Amino acid sequence: MKILTQHIDVPGIETIDVFMKNGGYKAVEKALKSMTPDEVTEEVKKSGLRGRGGAGFPVGMKWSFLAKPEGVPRYLVCNADESEPGTFKDHYLMWKTPHTLIEGMIVSSFALGANTSYIYVRGELMYVINILEKAIQEAYDKGLLGKNILGSGYDLDLFVQPGGGAYICGEETALLESLEGKRGNPRNKPPFPAVKGLWQSPTVVNNVESISATSWIVNNGGDAYAAIGVGRSTGTKLISASGHIKKPGVYEIPLGITVEEFIYSDEYCGGIRDGHKLKAVVAGGSSVPILSAENILTTEAGEKRLMTYESLSEGGFATGTMLGSGGFIVMDETTCIVHNTLTFARFYHHESCGQCSPCREGTGWMDKVIKRIETGKGRMEDIDLLVDVAKKIEGNTICPLGDAASWPVAAAIRHFRDEFEWHVTHPEEATKPGAVYMRPGASWTV
Amino acid sequence: MSNIVFPAETLDLVKKIIARYPEGKQKSALLPILHLAQAEWKWCSPEVMDYVASLLSISPIEVYEVATFYTMFHLEPVGEHVIEYCRTGPCCLMGGVEVYDHLKKRLGIQTGETTKDGKFTIKEVECLAACGWGPVFQIREKYYMHLTNEKVDQIIDELSK
Repeated sequence: MKILTQHIDVPGIETIDVFMKNGGYKAVEKALKSMTPDEVTEEVKKSGLRGRGGAGFPVGMKWSFLAKPEGVPRYLVCNADESEPGTFKDHYLMWKTPHTLIEGMIVSSFALGANTSYIYVRGELMYVINILEKAIQEAYDKGLLGKNILGSGYDLDLFVQPGGGAYICGEETALLESLEGKRGNPRNKPPFPAVKGLWQSPTVVNNVESISATSWIVNNGGDAYAAIGVGRSTGTKLISASGHIKKPGVYEIPLGITVEEFIYSDEYCGGIRDGHKLKAVVAGGSSVPILSAENILTTEAGEKRLMTYESLSEGGFATGTMLGSGGFIVMDETTCIVHNTLTFARFYHHESCGQCSPCREGTGWMDKVIKRIETGKGRMEDIDLLVDVAKKIEGNTICPLGDAASWPVAAAIRHFRDEFEWHVTHPEEATKPGAVYMRPGASWTV
Repeated sequence: MSNIVFPAETLDLVKKIIARYPEGKQKSALLPILHLAQAEWKWCSPEVMDYVASLLSISPIEVYEVATFYTMFHLEPVGEHVIEYCRTGPCCLMGGVEVYDHLKKRLGIQTGETTKDGKFTIKEVECLAACGWGPVFQIREKYYMHLTNEKVDQIIDELSK
């Protein structure tokens, strides 16, 4: 079942003519000519669509929080600041089929009563920004943007805004600060963006994938979308698959397939690269807890784990993780967990905006202490020191970057403490190029 | 200093960009215009930042605090080609560290340095959202994916011509 990527391989799909020949922009016609904004919102609510950027908050509910005071403009801002390590789905979608996002932007802006909307794209993706701007111009030329769209009386201007290189701007209030031309420091909440967002006006910020799904929901109805998936994990999800698999790439899956199928079937990752064994997976982008092969494939209760919000988090952080952004990083037995954790700790240290002390200081300490262990200079007490620092960052910051920084470190120690200890007890061996600890009796040990 | 003025065509674009935002919210144009400035002058010198401030009728400090926050803006002179190399986990899993070592050896420079002929600067950057196509680096707007030592040599040869 493909919703977002159904036509992604059609030659010329990035052009509006080919896109429309394949059913594109029908949702704009349907929504603007035969539905009210509230009816569109109602369908999105019924669909059960959840925020695809990582948080998983129901999109329709987020929309319903939007304040609508008379005479005050409202804004829809698309979060295309995709920067979570392991995640490259929005990049892929906008690059290959920009009109899928633009169609969703029109439908969603209509539902929210926004007459100006922005797509905030990370600045590194300047080539994608160029693709989007070309596609937006095509949409203007066809009367799908601008004044009185398709004679409906609804006006919408759509602009692309480049970021400047800052992971933190993926946090919605930091993104709004950035869009106002400032440093990307997250705001204290409340007030929430739905009440005071861009330029203090009511604003909805949604991820690329979430917005892109709304046109299919308008065309087919919220119930049809909700019929796909399992429980509260409805619809399809783009999974960015990277690491030691045969076929890295972006896959659109119906939520609810097993993790095992996703990793091993030829339709998706195609299994672990030849001659190697699965050791660990980071299932939802770098910030979610890493799990060992056993824990990612099977829940504590012995059931096959599913690609859903609920199943991936089953067992809490003791044995579970999160679906997050769907950044699925697969590691085989050649992976040094300490080194991988170091790159993540270094990432969050680099990306902390510096506003809150626990995050600004704590991410630096974690980076330094893991580096000490990785380079053979670690002390046994460093391992508990890391756990302690992680605990003191978590929950003590304005925005979720603090949690995102602490979880991967805490989880790596939770599930691979022996590997950290081995670095401390065997510094000479551990610092040899390519040296990796093999846990006695583990399924990946060769 | 006085030669820091955008060409007429870019000034038109600046006007169009400012028009994307409501009246009085022209500061929102800061990031897009800093990108244009860097494309024009290669790096964001204090003079360039002061010029951007004047275009937006904001104080220079408002530009400095933004340019120093976002990693894409070069605050020191750089070479003709700035290679921005991803150092984050997923690229490392695909051999990113080894390929980066090769790149540094090939150019004879370390992170943050520029070759003597002024052709290349290398910088380490965090995740470029291309993890399934790693190792990856970026030069200006172009992404170079699935890097190997051989591919790196080819790219450097090509750009050295």
